[in-house]
Amino acid sequence: MDIFVQQVVSGLSTGGIYGSLALALVMIYQATDVVNYAQGEMAMFSTYLAWTMINAGLPYWVAFFATLTVAFVGGLLIERVVIRPVERAPLLTIVIVCIGLLVILNSVAGWIYSYIQKPFPSPFPEKPIQIGNVFFGAHDIGALGVTLVVLLFLYVFFRYTTLGLAMRAAAQNPTSSRLCGIRVGWMLGVGWGLAALVGAVAGMMVAPVVFLDPNMMAGILIYAFASATLGGFTSPLGAVVGGLLVGVIENLVGTYVSFIVTELKLTVALAVILIVLVVKPSGLFGRVAVHRV
Amino acid sequence: MALLEVEGLEAQYGWTKVLHGLAFAVEEGGITTILGANGAGKTTTLRAVCGMVKTAGEVRFDGHRIAGRATEDIVRLGIAHVPEGRGTFMQLTVEENLRLGAYARRGRGTLAGDLRRVVEYFPVLGERRGQIAGSLSGGEQQMLAVARALMLRPRLLLLDEPSLGLAPLVVREIFRIVRAINREERVAVLLVEQNAAMALDLADHAYLLETGRVVMSGPAGDLKKDDAIRRSYLGY
Repeated sequence: MDIFVQQVVSGLSTGGIYGSLALALVMIYQATDVVNYAQGEMAMFSTYLAWTMINAGLPYWVAFFATLTVAFVGGLLIERVVIRPVERAPLLTIVIVCIGLLVILNSVAGWIYSYIQKPFPSPFPEKPIQIGNVFFGAHDIGALGVTLVVLLFLYVFFRYTTLGLAMRAAAQNPTSSRLCGIRVGWMLGVGWGLAALVGAVAGMMVAPVVFLDPNMMAGILIYAFASATLGGFTSPLGAVVGGLLVGVIENLVGTYVSFIVTELKLTVALAVILIVLVVKPSGLFGRVAVHRV
Repeated sequence: MALLEVEGLEAQYGWTKVLHGLAFAVEEGGITTILGANGAGKTTTLRAVCGMVKTAGEVRFDGHRIAGRATEDIVRLGIAHVPEGRGTFMQLTVEENLRLGAYARRGRGTLAGDLRRVVEYFPVLGERRGQIAGSLSGGEQQMLAVARALMLRPRLLLLDEPSLGLAPLVVREIFRIVRAINREERVAVLLVEQNAAMALDLADHAYLLETGRVVMSGPAGDLKKDDAIRRSYLGY
Protein backbone atom coordinates (compact mmCIF):
# COMPACT_ATOMS: atom_id res chain seq x y z
CA MET A 1 0.00 0.00 0.00
CA ASP A 2 2.82 2.42 0.89
CA ILE A 3 4.51 1.71 -2.41
CA PHE A 4 1.22 2.29 -4.19
CA VAL A 5 0.73 5.75 -2.62
CA GLN A 6 4.35 6.64 -3.31
CA GLN A 7 4.06 5.66 -6.95
CA VAL A 8 0.80 7.56 -7.40
CA VAL A 9 2.29 10.76 -5.96
CA SER A 10 5.44 10.52 -8.02
CA GLY A 11 3.23 9.71 -11.03
CA LEU A 12 1.20 12.85 -10.40
CA SER A 13 4.43 14.83 -10.28
CA THR A 14 5.77 13.66 -13.65
CA GLY A 15 2.17 13.68 -14.90
CA GLY A 16 1.97 17.37 -14.07
CA ILE A 17 4.99 17.93 -16.30
CA TYR A 18 3.45 15.91 -19.15
CA GLY A 19 0.24 17.82 -18.60
CA SER A 20 1.99 21.20 -18.79
CA LEU A 21 3.64 20.37 -22.07
CA ALA A 22 0.39 18.87 -23.34
CA LEU A 23 -1.36 22.10 -22.35
CA ALA A 24 1.19 24.08 -24.35
CA LEU A 25 0.46 21.87 -27.37
CA VAL A 26 -3.31 22.23 -26.93
CA MET A 27 -3.15 26.01 -26.50
CA ILE A 28 -1.43 26.40 -29.85
CA TYR A 29 -3.56 23.73 -31.53
CA GLN A 30 -6.77 25.43 -30.34
CA ALA A 31 -5.68 28.83 -31.61
CA THR A 32 -4.10 27.91 -34.91
CA ASP A 33 -4.85 24.23 -35.71
CA VAL A 34 -1.09 23.68 -35.66
CA VAL A 35 0.55 20.88 -33.70
CA ASN A 36 3.82 22.44 -32.62
CA TYR A 37 6.31 19.58 -32.80
CA ALA A 38 9.05 21.97 -31.63
CA GLN A 39 7.31 22.56 -28.27
CA GLY A 40 9.63 20.13 -26.47
CA GLU A 41 12.80 21.56 -27.98
CA MET A 42 11.67 25.08 -27.11
CA ALA A 43 11.34 23.91 -23.51
CA MET A 44 14.74 22.21 -23.65
CA PHE A 45 16.37 25.39 -24.96
CA SER A 46 14.74 27.46 -22.20
CA THR A 47 16.08 25.00 -19.63
CA TYR A 48 19.62 25.47 -20.98
CA LEU A 49 19.20 29.22 -20.59
CA ALA A 50 18.21 28.67 -16.95
CA TRP A 51 21.25 26.41 -16.51
CA THR A 52 23.54 29.11 -17.95
CA MET A 53 22.12 31.72 -15.60
CA ILE A 54 22.35 29.47 -12.53
CA ASN A 55 25.94 28.57 -13.46
CA ALA A 56 26.73 32.27 -13.75
CA GLY A 57 25.78 32.53 -10.09
CA LEU A 58 22.19 33.80 -10.19
CA PRO A 59 19.90 32.49 -7.41
CA TYR A 60 17.61 29.69 -8.62
CA TRP A 61 14.32 31.59 -8.53
CA VAL A 62 15.79 34.68 -10.21
CA ALA A 63 17.02 32.46 -13.03
CA PHE A 64 13.62 30.71 -13.06
CA PHE A 65 11.61 33.88 -13.62
CA ALA A 66 14.17 35.37 -16.01
CA THR A 67 13.88 32.17 -18.06
CA LEU A 68 10.10 32.44 -18.13
CA THR A 69 10.37 35.99 -19.46
CA VAL A 70 12.87 35.02 -22.15
CA ALA A 71 10.77 31.96 -23.07
CA PHE A 72 7.66 34.12 -23.45
CA VAL A 73 9.40 36.64 -25.68
CA GLY A 74 11.09 33.84 -27.63
CA GLY A 75 7.80 32.04 -28.26
CA LEU A 76 6.17 35.28 -29.37
CA LEU A 77 9.06 36.04 -31.75
CA ILE A 78 8.99 32.52 -33.21
CA GLU A 79 5.30 32.96 -34.02
CA ARG A 80 5.76 36.43 -35.51
CA VAL A 81 8.92 35.65 -37.50
CA VAL A 82 8.77 31.96 -38.41
CA ILE A 83 5.13 30.86 -38.25
CA ARG A 84 3.35 33.99 -39.45
CA PRO A 85 4.71 33.87 -43.03
CA VAL A 86 3.27 30.35 -43.43
CA GLU A 87 0.05 31.01 -41.48
CA ARG A 88 -2.17 30.52 -44.53
CA ALA A 89 -0.02 27.82 -46.11
CA PRO A 90 -1.25 24.22 -46.35
CA LEU A 91 -1.07 22.26 -43.08
CA LEU A 92 1.82 20.13 -44.29
CA THR A 93 3.97 23.24 -44.84
CA ILE A 94 3.42 24.35 -41.24
CA VAL A 95 4.19 20.86 -39.93
CA ILE A 96 7.48 20.87 -41.86
CA VAL A 97 8.31 24.33 -40.49
CA CYS A 98 7.70 23.08 -36.93
CA ILE A 99 9.86 20.01 -37.50
CA GLY A 100 12.54 22.25 -38.99
CA LEU A 101 12.37 24.37 -35.87
CA LEU A 102 12.75 21.22 -33.76
CA VAL A 103 15.89 20.14 -35.63
CA ILE A 104 17.42 23.63 -35.55
CA LEU A 105 16.84 24.14 -31.81
CA ASN A 106 18.18 20.67 -31.05
CA SER A 107 21.33 21.16 -33.15
CA VAL A 108 22.03 24.65 -31.88
CA ALA A 109 21.70 23.45 -28.28
CA GLY A 110 24.06 20.56 -29.03
CA TRP A 111 26.49 22.91 -30.75
CA ILE A 112 26.56 25.40 -27.87
CA TYR A 113 26.29 23.06 -24.91
CA SER A 114 27.41 19.68 -26.35
CA TYR A 115 25.40 16.47 -26.11
CA ILE A 116 26.91 15.45 -22.77
CA GLN A 117 24.32 15.17 -20.00
CA LYS A 118 24.52 17.84 -17.31
CA PRO A 119 23.00 17.79 -13.84
CA PHE A 120 20.32 20.44 -13.31
CA PRO A 121 19.57 21.69 -9.80
CA SER A 122 16.23 21.32 -8.07
CA PRO A 123 15.09 24.24 -5.91
CA PHE A 124 13.67 21.77 -3.41
CA PRO A 125 15.54 19.97 -0.59
CA GLU A 126 17.07 16.55 -1.22
CA LYS A 127 15.72 15.09 1.99
CA PRO A 128 12.50 13.18 1.36
CA ILE A 129 9.33 14.27 3.11
CA GLN A 130 7.86 11.73 5.50
CA ILE A 131 4.11 11.53 5.99
CA GLY A 132 3.08 8.66 8.27
CA ASN A 133 5.53 5.94 7.32
CA VAL A 134 5.58 6.85 3.62
CA PHE A 135 8.44 8.86 2.09
CA PHE A 136 7.85 11.30 -0.76
CA GLY A 137 10.56 12.94 -2.87
CA ALA A 138 10.62 16.65 -2.05
CA HIS A 139 11.22 17.45 -5.72
CA ASP A 140 8.16 15.41 -6.72
CA ILE A 141 5.93 17.34 -4.33
CA GLY A 142 7.56 20.67 -5.20
CA ALA A 143 7.31 20.14 -8.97
CA LEU A 144 3.65 19.19 -8.62
CA GLY A 145 3.08 22.38 -6.61
CA VAL A 146 4.83 24.57 -9.19
CA THR A 147 2.81 22.96 -11.98
CA LEU A 148 -0.45 23.59 -10.15
CA VAL A 149 0.47 27.24 -9.52
CA VAL A 150 1.20 27.73 -13.24
CA LEU A 151 -2.11 26.13 -14.18
CA LEU A 152 -3.99 28.31 -11.70
CA PHE A 153 -2.28 31.39 -13.13
CA LEU A 154 -3.31 30.42 -16.66
CA TYR A 155 -6.88 29.69 -15.57
CA VAL A 156 -7.25 33.09 -13.90
CA PHE A 157 -5.61 34.81 -16.87
CA PHE A 158 -7.89 33.26 -19.49
CA ARG A 159 -11.04 33.35 -17.40
CA TYR A 160 -10.92 36.78 -15.79
CA THR A 161 -8.75 39.18 -17.82
CA THR A 162 -9.78 41.11 -20.91
CA LEU A 163 -6.64 40.00 -22.77
CA GLY A 164 -7.38 36.37 -21.89
CA LEU A 165 -10.94 36.76 -23.15
CA ALA A 166 -9.71 38.36 -26.38
CA MET A 167 -7.30 35.45 -26.89
CA ARG A 168 -10.07 32.90 -26.45
CA ALA A 169 -12.22 34.89 -28.88
CA ALA A 170 -9.42 35.10 -31.45
CA ALA A 171 -8.93 31.33 -31.27
CA GLN A 172 -12.64 30.61 -31.73
CA ASN A 173 -13.70 33.10 -34.32
CA PRO A 174 -10.96 35.23 -35.91
CA THR A 175 -13.32 37.08 -38.27
CA SER A 176 -15.68 38.19 -35.52
CA SER A 177 -12.71 39.06 -33.34
CA ARG A 178 -11.36 41.46 -35.97
CA LEU A 179 -14.79 43.07 -36.08
CA CYS A 180 -14.45 43.65 -32.33
CA GLY A 181 -11.15 45.41 -32.98
CA ILE A 182 -8.99 42.55 -31.65
CA ARG A 183 -5.56 42.26 -33.28
CA VAL A 184 -5.82 38.54 -33.97
CA GLY A 185 -2.23 38.10 -35.17
CA TRP A 186 -0.82 39.45 -31.93
CA MET A 187 -3.16 37.27 -29.90
CA LEU A 188 -1.69 34.22 -31.64
CA GLY A 189 1.80 35.54 -30.89
CA VAL A 190 0.97 35.97 -27.20
CA GLY A 191 -0.49 32.44 -27.24
CA TRP A 192 2.80 31.05 -28.55
CA GLY A 193 4.63 33.06 -25.90
CA LEU A 194 2.48 31.64 -23.10
CA ALA A 195 2.84 28.11 -24.46
CA ALA A 196 6.62 28.56 -24.51
CA LEU A 197 6.47 29.82 -20.92
CA VAL A 198 4.49 26.79 -19.75
CA GLY A 199 6.91 24.53 -21.63
CA ALA A 200 9.87 26.23 -19.93
CA VAL A 201 8.37 25.45 -16.52
CA ALA A 202 7.97 21.81 -17.56
CA GLY A 203 11.58 21.71 -18.79
CA MET A 204 13.01 23.17 -15.59
CA MET A 205 10.94 20.83 -13.42
CA VAL A 206 11.83 17.67 -15.35
CA ALA A 207 15.53 18.42 -15.90
CA PRO A 208 16.61 17.48 -12.33
CA VAL A 209 15.00 14.07 -12.93
CA VAL A 210 16.11 13.21 -16.48
CA PHE A 211 19.29 15.34 -16.58
CA LEU A 212 19.89 18.14 -19.04
CA ASP A 213 20.78 17.25 -22.60
CA PRO A 214 19.52 18.38 -26.01
CA ASN A 215 17.36 15.27 -26.41
CA MET A 216 15.84 15.32 -22.95
CA MET A 217 12.37 16.42 -24.13
CA ALA A 218 11.97 13.84 -26.91
CA GLY A 219 10.42 11.24 -24.60
CA ILE A 220 8.51 13.86 -22.62
CA LEU A 221 6.96 15.19 -25.83
CA ILE A 222 5.62 11.73 -26.64
CA TYR A 223 4.10 11.50 -23.16
CA ALA A 224 2.64 14.98 -23.74
CA PHE A 225 1.08 13.77 -27.00
CA ALA A 226 -0.37 10.82 -25.12
CA SER A 227 -1.75 13.20 -22.48
CA ALA A 228 -3.27 15.59 -25.00
CA THR A 229 -4.78 12.69 -26.94
CA LEU A 230 -6.22 11.14 -23.78
CA GLY A 231 -7.71 14.45 -22.64
CA GLY A 232 -8.92 15.33 -26.12
CA PHE A 233 -6.84 17.70 -28.21
CA THR A 234 -9.48 20.41 -27.96
CA SER A 235 -9.60 20.73 -24.17
CA PRO A 236 -7.01 22.52 -22.00
CA LEU A 237 -8.45 20.92 -18.86
CA GLY A 238 -8.33 17.56 -20.62
CA ALA A 239 -4.64 18.01 -21.42
CA VAL A 240 -3.82 18.53 -17.74
CA VAL A 241 -6.03 15.69 -16.48
CA GLY A 242 -4.70 13.48 -19.28
CA GLY A 243 -1.14 14.32 -18.21
CA LEU A 244 -1.78 13.41 -14.58
CA LEU A 245 -3.44 10.15 -15.64
CA VAL A 246 -0.62 9.21 -18.01
CA GLY A 247 1.95 9.93 -15.28
CA VAL A 248 0.14 7.71 -12.78
CA ILE A 249 -0.57 4.92 -15.28
CA GLU A 250 3.06 4.91 -16.38
CA ASN A 251 4.29 4.55 -12.80
CA LEU A 252 1.78 1.92 -11.74
CA VAL A 253 2.36 -0.19 -14.84
CA GLY A 254 6.12 0.14 -14.27
CA THR A 255 5.73 -1.04 -10.67
CA TYR A 256 3.17 -3.80 -10.93
CA VAL A 257 3.61 -5.23 -14.42
CA SER A 258 6.83 -7.19 -14.20
CA PHE A 259 7.87 -7.17 -17.87
CA ILE A 260 7.55 -3.35 -18.20
CA VAL A 261 11.05 -2.31 -17.19
CA THR A 262 12.27 1.30 -17.42
CA GLU A 263 13.30 0.89 -21.06
CA LEU A 264 9.78 -0.19 -21.98
CA LYS A 265 7.95 2.59 -20.11
CA LEU A 266 7.63 4.82 -23.17
CA THR A 267 5.62 2.04 -24.78
CA VAL A 268 2.90 2.82 -22.24
CA ALA A 269 2.52 6.29 -23.76
CA LEU A 270 2.21 4.89 -27.25
CA ALA A 271 -0.28 2.29 -26.02
CA VAL A 272 -2.38 5.08 -24.46
CA ILE A 273 -2.38 7.02 -27.76
CA LEU A 274 -3.37 3.92 -29.72
CA ILE A 275 -6.12 2.82 -27.34
CA VAL A 276 -7.67 6.30 -27.14
CA LEU A 277 -7.63 6.73 -30.91
CA VAL A 278 -9.32 3.37 -31.40
CA VAL A 279 -11.85 3.53 -28.55
CA LYS A 280 -12.68 7.24 -28.18
CA PRO A 281 -10.84 9.43 -30.71
CA SER A 282 -12.19 12.68 -29.22
CA GLY A 283 -10.55 11.86 -25.86
CA LEU A 284 -12.07 12.22 -22.41
CA PHE A 285 -12.96 15.92 -22.63
CA GLY A 286 -12.71 16.70 -26.34
CA ARG A 287 -15.41 17.79 -28.71
CA VAL A 288 -15.95 15.81 -31.86
CA ALA A 289 -14.70 17.95 -34.70
CA VAL A 290 -17.31 18.56 -37.36
CA HIS A 291 -16.08 19.70 -40.73
CA ARG A 292 -18.38 20.99 -43.38
CA VAL A 293 -17.45 19.53 -46.73
CA MET B 1 -20.48 66.27 -45.44
CA ALA B 2 -21.85 62.77 -44.97
CA LEU B 3 -20.52 60.46 -42.24
CA LEU B 4 -19.68 57.70 -44.70
CA GLU B 5 -18.90 58.51 -48.32
CA VAL B 6 -18.16 55.85 -50.89
CA GLU B 7 -17.03 56.49 -54.46
CA GLY B 8 -16.01 54.13 -57.24
CA LEU B 9 -15.92 51.17 -54.87
CA GLU B 10 -14.75 47.94 -56.45
CA ALA B 11 -14.22 44.59 -54.76
CA GLN B 12 -13.15 41.17 -55.88
CA TYR B 13 -12.83 37.62 -54.62
CA GLY B 14 -9.89 36.03 -56.40
CA TRP B 15 -10.39 36.87 -60.08
CA THR B 16 -14.09 37.57 -59.79
CA LYS B 17 -15.07 41.19 -59.57
CA VAL B 18 -18.19 41.60 -57.44
CA LEU B 19 -18.59 45.37 -57.15
CA HIS B 20 -18.21 47.66 -60.15
CA GLY B 21 -17.75 51.21 -58.94
CA LEU B 22 -20.40 51.83 -56.29
CA ALA B 23 -21.13 55.29 -54.94
CA PHE B 24 -23.30 55.91 -51.90
CA ALA B 25 -23.38 57.84 -48.67
CA VAL B 26 -24.71 57.58 -45.11
CA GLU B 27 -25.61 60.82 -43.37
CA GLU B 28 -24.67 61.49 -39.74
CA GLY B 29 -27.48 59.99 -37.65
CA GLY B 30 -29.32 58.75 -40.74
CA ILE B 31 -30.47 55.31 -41.86
CA THR B 32 -29.48 54.17 -45.33
CA THR B 33 -30.47 50.86 -46.82
CA ILE B 34 -29.00 48.90 -49.69
CA LEU B 35 -31.49 46.56 -51.33
CA GLY B 36 -30.96 43.87 -53.89
CA ALA B 37 -31.43 40.23 -54.74
CA ASN B 38 -29.16 37.39 -53.69
CA GLY B 39 -25.70 37.85 -55.17
CA ALA B 40 -26.17 41.54 -55.98
CA GLY B 41 -23.15 42.39 -53.84
CA LYS B 42 -24.84 43.68 -50.68
CA THR B 43 -22.77 41.70 -48.17
CA THR B 44 -19.61 42.41 -50.13
CA THR B 45 -20.36 46.14 -49.93
CA LEU B 46 -20.42 46.03 -46.14
CA ARG B 47 -17.31 43.85 -46.06
CA ALA B 48 -15.55 46.30 -48.34
CA VAL B 49 -16.34 49.22 -46.02
CA CYS B 50 -14.72 47.26 -43.17
CA GLY B 51 -11.66 46.24 -45.12
CA MET B 52 -12.57 42.56 -45.12
CA VAL B 53 -12.16 42.10 -48.89
CA LYS B 54 -9.72 43.38 -51.45
CA THR B 55 -11.05 46.71 -52.67
CA ALA B 56 -10.30 49.65 -54.89
CA GLY B 57 -11.92 53.08 -54.78
CA GLU B 58 -12.59 55.71 -52.18
CA VAL B 59 -14.16 55.14 -48.76
CA ARG B 60 -14.23 58.09 -46.37
CA PHE B 61 -15.45 57.99 -42.79
CA ASP B 62 -15.88 61.33 -41.09
CA GLY B 63 -13.72 62.83 -43.82
CA HIS B 64 -10.81 60.38 -43.38
CA ARG B 65 -9.78 57.82 -45.99
CA ILE B 66 -10.30 54.33 -44.60
CA ALA B 67 -10.01 52.22 -47.76
CA GLY B 68 -7.09 49.82 -47.51
CA ARG B 69 -6.81 49.99 -43.73
CA ALA B 70 -6.99 46.92 -41.50
CA THR B 71 -10.41 45.85 -40.19
CA GLU B 72 -9.26 46.23 -36.56
CA ASP B 73 -8.29 49.86 -37.20
CA ILE B 74 -11.52 50.71 -39.02
CA VAL B 75 -13.55 49.26 -36.15
CA ARG B 76 -11.60 51.41 -33.69
CA LEU B 77 -12.82 54.54 -35.52
CA GLY B 78 -16.36 53.67 -34.44
CA ILE B 79 -17.78 51.46 -37.19
CA ALA B 80 -19.55 48.42 -35.76
CA HIS B 81 -20.38 45.62 -38.18
CA VAL B 82 -23.06 43.02 -37.46
CA PRO B 83 -21.94 40.42 -39.96
CA GLU B 84 -23.84 37.95 -42.09
CA GLY B 85 -24.46 34.90 -39.89
CA ARG B 86 -24.23 37.10 -36.75
CA GLY B 87 -20.64 36.21 -35.84
CA THR B 88 -21.56 34.91 -32.40
CA PHE B 89 -18.77 33.56 -30.18
CA MET B 90 -20.66 30.32 -29.66
CA GLN B 91 -18.61 28.86 -26.78
CA LEU B 92 -18.49 32.07 -24.75
CA THR B 93 -21.20 33.37 -22.46
CA VAL B 94 -23.61 36.14 -23.45
CA GLU B 95 -21.82 38.55 -21.14
CA GLU B 96 -18.40 37.64 -22.55
CA ASN B 97 -19.74 38.28 -26.05
CA LEU B 98 -20.87 41.71 -24.94
CA ARG B 99 -17.56 42.48 -23.22
CA LEU B 100 -15.76 41.65 -26.46
CA GLY B 101 -17.91 44.21 -28.22
CA ALA B 102 -16.41 46.89 -25.99
CA TYR B 103 -12.83 45.61 -26.46
CA ALA B 104 -11.67 48.30 -28.86
CA ARG B 105 -13.39 51.18 -27.16
CA ARG B 106 -11.47 53.72 -25.16
CA GLY B 107 -12.54 54.46 -21.58
CA ARG B 108 -13.29 50.96 -20.32
CA GLY B 109 -14.32 52.24 -16.90
CA THR B 110 -17.97 52.43 -17.86
CA LEU B 111 -18.29 48.84 -19.04
CA ALA B 112 -20.89 48.00 -16.39
CA GLY B 113 -22.94 51.04 -17.37
CA ASP B 114 -22.83 50.07 -21.04
CA LEU B 115 -23.89 46.52 -20.22
CA ARG B 116 -26.90 47.90 -18.34
CA ARG B 117 -27.81 50.27 -21.17
CA VAL B 118 -27.59 47.54 -23.82
CA VAL B 119 -29.61 45.13 -21.73
CA GLU B 120 -32.33 47.78 -21.49
CA TYR B 121 -32.78 47.49 -25.27
CA PHE B 122 -32.62 43.69 -25.13
CA PRO B 123 -33.98 42.54 -21.75
CA VAL B 124 -33.78 38.88 -22.80
CA LEU B 125 -29.97 39.14 -22.93
CA GLY B 126 -29.95 40.25 -19.31
CA GLU B 127 -31.84 37.11 -18.33
CA ARG B 128 -29.40 34.95 -20.31
CA ARG B 129 -26.23 36.78 -19.22
CA GLY B 130 -24.34 33.74 -17.91
CA GLN B 131 -25.56 31.34 -20.58
CA ILE B 132 -23.34 30.00 -23.40
CA ALA B 133 -24.18 32.05 -26.50
CA GLY B 134 -24.42 28.94 -28.68
CA SER B 135 -27.50 27.88 -26.74
CA LEU B 136 -29.48 31.00 -27.70
CA SER B 137 -32.20 30.90 -30.36
CA GLY B 138 -31.57 32.51 -33.74
CA GLY B 139 -33.51 35.63 -32.80
CA GLU B 140 -31.68 35.98 -29.51
CA GLN B 141 -28.34 35.55 -31.28
CA GLN B 142 -29.28 38.32 -33.71
CA MET B 143 -30.14 40.53 -30.75
CA LEU B 144 -26.82 39.61 -29.14
CA ALA B 145 -25.02 40.56 -32.35
CA VAL B 146 -26.65 44.00 -32.43
CA ALA B 147 -26.04 44.44 -28.70
CA ARG B 148 -22.38 43.45 -29.12
CA ALA B 149 -21.99 46.04 -31.85
CA LEU B 150 -23.63 48.64 -29.65
CA MET B 151 -21.05 48.01 -26.90
CA LEU B 152 -18.48 49.71 -29.15
CA ARG B 153 -20.50 52.95 -28.85
CA PRO B 154 -20.27 53.19 -32.62
CA ARG B 155 -21.02 56.22 -34.79
CA LEU B 156 -21.99 53.94 -37.64
CA LEU B 157 -23.72 50.57 -37.42
CA LEU B 158 -23.50 48.18 -40.37
CA LEU B 159 -26.28 45.59 -40.37
CA ASP B 160 -26.10 42.60 -42.70
CA GLU B 161 -29.55 41.04 -43.23
CA PRO B 162 -30.74 41.06 -39.63
CA SER B 163 -34.01 39.44 -40.77
CA LEU B 164 -32.43 36.34 -42.28
CA GLY B 165 -34.01 33.12 -41.04
CA LEU B 166 -36.08 34.75 -38.32
CA ALA B 167 -39.82 34.72 -37.62
CA PRO B 168 -41.66 37.89 -38.78
CA LEU B 169 -42.53 38.86 -35.21
CA VAL B 170 -38.89 38.70 -34.13
CA VAL B 171 -37.82 40.68 -37.20
CA ARG B 172 -40.32 43.42 -36.38
CA GLU B 173 -39.01 43.57 -32.82
CA ILE B 174 -35.40 43.88 -33.98
CA PHE B 175 -36.24 46.62 -36.49
CA ARG B 176 -38.11 48.51 -33.78
CA ILE B 177 -35.06 48.39 -31.53
CA VAL B 178 -32.73 49.46 -34.35
CA ARG B 179 -34.91 52.52 -34.89
CA ALA B 180 -34.82 53.29 -31.16
CA ILE B 181 -31.04 52.93 -31.09
CA ASN B 182 -30.72 55.21 -34.10
CA ARG B 183 -32.79 57.92 -32.45
CA GLU B 184 -31.60 57.70 -28.87
CA GLU B 185 -27.91 57.01 -29.44
CA ARG B 186 -27.59 59.08 -32.62
CA VAL B 187 -26.00 56.11 -34.39
CA ALA B 188 -26.08 56.17 -38.18
CA VAL B 189 -27.15 52.87 -39.75
CA LEU B 190 -26.24 51.22 -43.02
CA LEU B 191 -28.67 48.34 -43.49
CA VAL B 192 -28.44 45.65 -46.12
CA GLU B 193 -31.66 43.70 -46.61
CA GLN B 194 -33.63 41.36 -48.81
CA ASN B 195 -36.78 42.22 -46.91
CA ALA B 196 -37.29 45.40 -48.90
CA ALA B 197 -40.64 46.39 -47.39
CA MET B 198 -39.34 46.53 -43.83
CA ALA B 199 -36.05 48.12 -44.84
CA LEU B 200 -37.78 50.92 -46.77
CA ASP B 201 -40.05 51.62 -43.79
CA LEU B 202 -37.04 52.03 -41.55
CA ALA B 203 -34.62 53.89 -43.81
CA ASP B 204 -34.62 57.47 -44.96
CA HIS B 205 -32.42 56.81 -47.97
CA ALA B 206 -32.19 53.74 -50.20
CA TYR B 207 -30.01 52.30 -52.96
CA LEU B 208 -30.91 49.42 -55.23
CA LEU B 209 -28.07 47.11 -56.21
CA GLU B 210 -28.00 44.80 -59.23
CA THR B 211 -24.93 42.65 -60.00
CA GLY B 212 -22.58 45.02 -58.24
CA ARG B 213 -23.95 48.30 -59.61
CA VAL B 214 -26.30 50.91 -58.15
CA VAL B 215 -29.27 50.98 -60.52
CA MET B 216 -31.54 53.29 -58.53
CA SER B 217 -31.31 55.52 -55.48
CA GLY B 218 -33.29 58.15 -53.66
CA PRO B 219 -35.34 58.85 -50.52
CA ALA B 220 -36.80 55.60 -49.18
CA GLY B 221 -40.36 56.91 -49.56
CA ASP B 222 -39.87 57.55 -53.29
CA LEU B 223 -38.42 54.09 -53.92
CA LYS B 224 -41.33 52.54 -52.12
CA LYS B 225 -43.76 54.16 -54.55
CA ASP B 226 -41.75 53.18 -57.63
CA ASP B 227 -43.63 50.66 -59.78
CA ALA B 228 -40.59 48.63 -60.81
CA ILE B 229 -39.39 48.30 -57.22
CA ARG B 230 -42.83 47.34 -56.05
CA ARG B 231 -43.21 44.58 -58.63
CA SER B 232 -39.69 43.14 -58.28
CA TYR B 233 -38.90 43.57 -54.62
CA LEU B 234 -42.07 44.24 -52.68
CA GLY B 235 -44.24 41.69 -54.45
CA TYR B 236 -47.58 43.48 -54.79
